[in-house]
Amino acid sequence: MNGYNFAYLDEQTKRMIRRALLKAVAIPGHQIPFGSREMPLPYGWGTGGIQVTAAVLGPDDTLKVIDQGADDTTNAVSIRRFFARTAGVATTTHTAEASVIQTRHRIPEQALREDQIIVYQVPQPEPLSKLEPSRAETRRMHGLAEYGLMHVKLYEDITRYGHVSISYDYPVMVGGRYLMSPSPLPAFDNPKMDMMPALQLFGAGREKRLYAIPPYTRVTSLDFDDHPFRTTRAPHACGLCGARESYLDEVVTDDRGGRLFVCSDTDYCETRRAEGHVGTELAV
Amino acid sequence: MAYVAVKGGERAIDNAHRWMEEERRGDPSVPDLTPQQIGEQLGRAVDRVMAEGSLYDPPLAALAIKQAQGDLIEAAFLVRAYRTTLPRFAASLPLDTEAMTIRRRISAVFKDMPGGQILGPTYDYTHRLLDFALAADFTPPTPAQMPAEVEAMPRIHDILGHEGLIEPDERSDAEPFDITRSPLQFPAGRDARLQSLARGDEGFLLAMGYSTQRGWGGSHPFVGEIRVGAAVVEIVPPELGFAIDIGDIDLTECQMVNQFAGSKTQPPQFTRGYGLAFGHGERRAMSMALVDRALRAAELGEDATAPAQNQEFVIYHCDNIEATGFVEHLKLPHYVDFQSELETIRRMRADAAREMQQEAAP
Repeated sequence: MNGYNFAYLDEQTKRMIRRALLKAVAIPGHQIPFGSREMPLPYGWGTGGIQVTAAVLGPDDTLKVIDQGADDTTNAVSIRRFFARTAGVATTTHTAEASVIQTRHRIPEQALREDQIIVYQVPQPEPLSKLEPSRAETRRMHGLAEYGLMHVKLYEDITRYGHVSISYDYPVMVGGRYLMSPSPLPAFDNPKMDMMPALQLFGAGREKRLYAIPPYTRVTSLDFDDHPFRTTRAPHACGLCGARESYLDEVVTDDRGGRLFVCSDTDYCETRRAEGHVGTELAV
Repeated sequence: MAYVAVKGGERAIDNAHRWMEEERRGDPSVPDLTPQQIGEQLGRAVDRVMAEGSLYDPPLAALAIKQAQGDLIEAAFLVRAYRTTLPRFAASLPLDTEAMTIRRRISAVFKDMPGGQILGPTYDYTHRLLDFALAADFTPPTPAQMPAEVEAMPRIHDILGHEGLIEPDERSDAEPFDITRSPLQFPAGRDARLQSLARGDEGFLLAMGYSTQRGWGGSHPFVGEIRVGAAVVEIVPPELGFAIDIGDIDLTECQMVNQFAGSKTQPPQFTRGYGLAFGHGERRAMSMALVDRALRAAELGEDATAPAQNQEFVIYHCDNIEATGFVEHLKLPHYVDFQSELETIRRMRADAAREMQQEAAP
């Protein structure tokens, strides 16, 4: 785009972000402060992820952007267009074809590979924020690996409700050392982070923090021996492609309790339908 | 209802933007507003956008106000996003506000002082009655004029400073922190705090400053001085090695004189809070000075118990660009998280129903 550098950010800024990313990769799960810039999209709408993507993107990359697992949600469209416009890179909706995937709230159903990078948009990088609002204090807690507060929270959930009530942004331990927010993924996606072959990068623009999970890193969801971590998904098959393993969105079809369950990962669903899988609700 | 996977995002966005543009223009039979008109006639809005956008550029701020349909936070965001792309070719020398060309200068602590009280253009003593004459063409009478006498206007703090009654300016040649380049860490220095407050949301600063007056971290403030006028900006280009004047900027500066502090070894002195705003922004500068003083609680050995004295609370939340983005991001889809909540709450309700049934049927 005229008047702007490749992928919008100037090279100095990209270098600053890359340095922070290298540090993040070297200390898996640890939040690295960085000089987050104002972006032409609002804070809270993916500015952290956009800055990370801008810093790692090269002219030969193929970019996929998803929000809620879907390529066609408005903010995903907006961010994809931003990079098509400022970097002129190829874009795709196919998970397998992408070299960089920027995401909000989901990990694609299709397993990622070593030659791919997944960039998460993170609204609140501090996993302890709801328990301790002061960042000076949480920084100290991370330094000392003092995570008792979070275990107490899970324990209290179990005593009150019978099980842990956190259904998304479920805290994980990375490499056995740092407590990390997986960004607001449904807990369903947490296991995909464990030993993932792809590099996982996390950007929080407003909070000015980056963090990373290098490939093949142990990522475990917090739990107790007698209350192991469990994932939930709607107990249905996708109405369009019949998938029984994928994470489902619930679509309200009428005002009498009618519901349709469909894959949240639109590329996964379309690929399955192209392969001939048919759900019970597919409009013919 | 037959569900079809929607593929209309791009077109919907384009159409929505076109609709917004039409709405912004309003009735085409009414003349289009020019940025010049905004700059000339809505100057206080321009000043606020420059302050919160943290860029001194009146024409750009006026354009942003037009583009944002008068939504000043949106306008400040446009300016910020533009500002961040600009190269930096120099840092200015510290501004000499003592040498400002003054339009208005008042003190609430002395009845008169060298340079005098200059009321200047102010709404302070207007009666807030709607002026229906403004609805029609209105040409204001020419303001009274008198020949300019150039008289030095020393800052009130320097006057008090001669007697050692007030804490002196902190002098430092250290490179100041830069909140636009480095991430804040807490506790933050006064340089970082003042920068954050200078572009903080006016309403937030006002409320925080107000809260200190109502007992949430009070500091006995007096307006030592408010001065409004133009200050010279100077830079030293490395190839020249001496300072050159690159232009003037309009500023409002507020020096608060606050409750004194002292100890056995240090005789009591008044303390101070400082506020500075682009353009004419007295409310902003005064609020900033109150909050600045409140945030110095720890440094001055006071108990920091009130919200306005809590650095993390004030500094993290004063930025309206960050705040509006995050509040408004709740508009974005959250289907998958909500879905996980739905499944969790259904499971919990099913568990609870089962338990109740078991209890009911012994």
